[in-house]
Order: sequence, then C-alpha cells, then structure tokens
Amino acid sequence: MNVVVTGLGTTSPLGGDVASTWEAALAGRSGVRTLENDWAEQYGVPVTFAGQLVVPPSEVLSRPETKRMDPSAQMAIVAAREAWADAGLAEAEVDPERLGSIVSSGIGGVWTLLTAWDTVKERGASRVLPLTVPMLMPNSPTAYVSLEFKARAGAHAPVSACASGAEAIGMGFEMIQSGRADIVICGGTEAAIHPLPISAFAAMQALSKRNDDPQGASRPYDVSRDGFVLGEGAGVVVLESEEHAKARGARVYASLLGLGMTADAHHIAAPEPNGAGQTRAMELALERAGLTTADVAHVNAHATSTPVGDMIEARGIRSLLGSHADQVLLSATKSMTGHLLGGAGALESVFTVKALETRTAPPTINVTEPDPELQVDLVRDTPRALPEGQIAAINNSFGFGGHNVALVFGV
Amino acid sequence: MALSKDEVLAGLAEIVSEETDIDTAEVTLEKSFTDDLDIDSLSMMTIVTLAEEKFDVRIPDEKVKDLVTVGDAVDFIAAA
Repeated sequence: MNVVVTGLGTTSPLGGDVASTWEAALAGRSGVRTLENDWAEQYGVPVTFAGQLVVPPSEVLSRPETKRMDPSAQMAIVAAREAWADAGLAEAEVDPERLGSIVSSGIGGVWTLLTAWDTVKERGASRVLPLTVPMLMPNSPTAYVSLEFKARAGAHAPVSACASGAEAIGMGFEMIQSGRADIVICGGTEAAIHPLPISAFAAMQALSKRNDDPQGASRPYDVSRDGFVLGEGAGVVVLESEEHAKARGARVYASLLGLGMTADAHHIAAPEPNGAGQTRAMELALERAGLTTADVAHVNAHATSTPVGDMIEARGIRSLLGSHADQVLLSATKSMTGHLLGGAGALESVFTVKALETRTAPPTINVTEPDPELQVDLVRDTPRALPEGQIAAINNSFGFGGHNVALVFGV
Repeated sequence: MALSKDEVLAGLAEIVSEETDIDTAEVTLEKSFTDDLDIDSLSMMTIVTLAEEKFDVRIPDEKVKDLVTVGDAVDFIAAA
C-alpha cells in the first residue's frame, strides 16, 4: 500500500509554522541564540545558548492548554494543528477508528517533572498539582494529539532518543501499510532547554561550548565542529494511504516510500565506528522503497555537529552511494535549527518533503572549512536546485542507544 | 487573617478562570463546579491545590466532594 504525505506542521527555532521555518532555512538563518537566563551564574551551566522557539506556544494556545500540557505536548499540538489543517482534514470526514496518532518525545515532560520536584522540596508534597503525571509522561504529546483529533486507531510514542521523531513517522508508515489506519498524524517533539538536560549533555561532552558565538556553534562537517547545539520544537507530518488521499482529493506533497530501522548493539551512547548499522538502515529503506542508489538526489543528514558522529554518517553515505554520491545534494539543517532531539527526525522529514516538493535542497551554514574526509556534495550557505523527474530523498536519524532510522521520501 | 467572602470569591474565580478559561464573571456562588462549569475531577483537585496555597488553608481530600458549588467552596475557605 502506498503511503503519501498530505500535511505538514512545525514550530521550530526558525519559525512558528512550516512557511516561516522553510523560508528561514532557505535563507540560511540560524535559530540559535544566547539564553536569557542566569543558569550559568546560578548553577554553573557551561553552555549558555540553544535553539529556542521563535513563537512560544503560550502565544497561540489558550491559558488552560498551557497549564495542562507540558511544553513538549504544547509544541506537538501547535504543529499537529497546522498539519491537520494543511492536510485539509478540518473540512474532511475522518473515521476516528481509521485515524492514528504517533508523536514521540526523546526525553518526555522534563520541565514538568523537575518543576514538580522543586515544588516538593520547596513547598511540600501537598502542593504537587494533580495533573503532574499526565503532563510528564512521555506519551502525553501523542495522547493529546489523539484526544484533539479523535484518533482512535491507536496512539503510540516510540522512544529512541534522537531518532524518536523519525521512528514515529516510520511506525506511522507501517501502521498504514499493515491496514490499521488510513491516516496517521505522526512526528516528534522536544522541550528540554532546561539546566539539567543541558548540564547532562555537556557532561557527556556532547554539546558545543561556543558561548561567544552561538549562531556559529552548530557547524556540521566543519573541521572545527565541537558538539551539537540543543534545540526545541516539534515537527508533524500527516501520512495517509494513497487510496484514501486520492478518494478525498487531497493535495499530495510526496510519497513515503521506504523505511529502514536498525540497532547498533555496540555502545549505549557512541555510534558504531564503521557506521554499519546506519548504512544498513539506509540500504533497507531503499530496498523497501524498491529503489536503487541512483534514484537518490538528496539526503537530509542526521549530522549533529559532533566531531565523531558527522563523519561516520558521511562515510556511510559515501560507501552506500559510491560515485553517485557526487550527484547527491547533502543538507545538514541542524546547522540552523540546532538539535531537536526527539523532534529532530520529524522536523527534518518536513524539510525533506519541502525539498522534494520545491526541488530545492536547503543549505548547511557555518561550514567555513569542510572536513577533508567529506566525499559528498554538501549544500553550503545557499540552497541548490534538485533535478526534475522522479527523485528520492533520504532522511537519516540516529539516537543514543544505537538506534538508526532512515526514511525515503519520493516525488 | 480572615478574608471576606467577596475576597475569597474573587480569588477563587481567578484560579478557576486560569485553569479553564471561564470568565471570572461567570464564576458565581450558585454555580456547580461539575454541572455548570464543566470542571472534571482532576481539574477540581488542581483548583483545590491552588486554592489551598493562595488562601493558606487546608482542604482535606474527603471534604472536596462536599464542595459542590462555588458558594460551598467560598464558605469553607472563608470559615477556615
């Protein structure tokens, strides 16, 4: 059964919706800023910048919504509403029992959890609010999406760290292919710009420490890359069986053609040095799509700007595509958005679909001196045109724990 | 410090409005939390928790079921 993308939504460090986010990405703008708080002074948090939302959910949601949902669920709802409307589903007759929701978070309601713990310590257990559990549980975003749109075919939240959003989309693909649903609202969200996750990621040496140059800190493939930049936000795509989309005359952005999911089983946080699991995920995705490497025109890389991770993926892409890699336009959009963790794969799926729709590969910023080992055609600074005709694009996402997810979209 | 019933009502209406988006003017003494204001049990417990803090009173869990109307809650808090 063919699966198509009929709706897109996001709220991101580049904009409050898909149009503004995509425009900023094509313009090569950075969504990374110095944080307006004194966490560094107060707690000694070593990283003082992140990719924060341009439009806080409190500006678009009602007051009770912002009180009942953790920020991660708020962002998911903002993106899901946009995707739902974009797919024309607000006016369509949708059978709730054929509608699914799969929206993941890598970390869950960390703000709710830690704020509630502060309450216990400072004001006593009796002050803990009764909605704390439904707010902090990591399935809260998908549950709220299910509630809002009456998605009764199933609501799921696969968790695989920074691959969560892509895995959600992959599961949405399989939910439709297996016949469980006609439409699935899927994606990922993350709201972890809090001193604890920042301190913890910094303790792993995973974060860039360019406090004096936040906008230049996320620099995938650059020789001076020194770690990822934490971002927040959500991406949501509406997946639909082609048959269902055609029957209701829906606008189709692209097809989701293939999915490859593997696990490294190598180390809890470090990627397997040869990237075998990552490459196999891409291979499996192409195979399932019935495509060959020659069909691939664009890759939205996972590329988080870490010294080790970027080149493992790039070498894998080169070994998979061979000399065809010279014709493939590689984009690392985290250079602009920062790393949305569980939201990353979903936002980057939105970018991949927009790239195919508009035949334009978004730029990678901050690459002043590419890693000499890089043997793929990296789109730098300004967007570049993708070829006409039938083309495919791969969106890679990898997560701590050795999770590898490759999605293949096509037009 | 004892608060007047009007002061308690005003404070409680603010909490209810924050939690539900119901206009403070709609939160009047005769309104039932469940039947008129459509407040579910978790929201009611949230309102109780916030009211305990705001008015520095303790509302025992077993007492909450007796607070049917806004007036019941105002009376309890003002007398506490």
